[in-house]
Amino acid sequence: MSREVLLVLGAALFGIGVYGALSQQSFVMIMMGLELMVNGAIVAAVTLWSRAAAHSPKGQLLAVVFMTVMAVEAAIGFALVTNVFRIRRADITEKLKALRG
Amino acid sequence: MRVALFWMLAVASIVSGWRVFRTDSMVRAAYWLMASFVAVGIIMVQLDAEFLGLVLILMMAGEMTIMAVFMVMFMMNPAGLNPMMMVHQHRASIVAGVLAFVGLAGVGIFARFPEPTLRASGQVTAQLGHELLGDSMLIFETAGVALLATMIGALAIAGATGRFGSADEGSQEPGEA
Repeated sequence: MSREVLLVLGAALFGIGVYGALSQQSFVMIMMGLELMVNGAIVAAVTLWSRAAAHSPKGQLLAVVFMTVMAVEAAIGFALVTNVFRIRRADITEKLKALRG
Repeated sequence: MRVALFWMLAVASIVSGWRVFRTDSMVRAAYWLMASFVAVGIIMVQLDAEFLGLVLILMMAGEMTIMAVFMVMFMMNPAGLNPMMMVHQHRASIVAGVLAFVGLAGVGIFARFPEPTLRASGQVTAQLGHELLGDSMLIFETAGVALLATMIGALAIAGATGRFGSADEGSQEPGEA
């Protein structure tokens, strides 16, 4: 498992996540795209720690931060989805056009 | 053996990540995403980050189960009996995804990184534990406080009632004013 292969794997997961986050209409599916993007970022962070700085555990902390970001994004995202659905009855992005200029 | 397992996991994580957006049921999409994360978690264990890999798997098992419940609540297409393809700006999204992949993969292949140092040796998990509760405690504690603030914020956003009655008391649709 060379560093390049692992980084390409992370890039592939990130690319699929970008596609999902941009193309999906349902709020929940957009969040899945975001999670896949963080997934790719975690792969890259752990790869660089393992292949360039494995003598020190400090490099793993970036992955810890990414996991925190993932949990925060999911929790706040679900709260927003719940709120928007309750008030505007919207579950897809096309129903929230009120802010469009 | 190790390398073959890695390739299987790498392909599995990409394929299941792709299936997330190609399945007809949102619940299945949640579990495809979980499969992708589990594969990545095992790859992390292979890369000597045992603790983080297992934490990722445990976290995702819980999160995706909750996500599946949300999926059922918001699902327009129960049980995936009908074809589901709910996308907009599809072609532009594909282009953006491919561009992101090509750009990042190019960086991963052609950029110059620091020369590999020693492999992780000894008790990586114990070292990480001492780091988290030692020199890097600020990062660890900041993550904890951020998660606490997230919990409070999520409850405040999602609550049905606010301090002065209903949560949408006084709010109106944009454009009605």
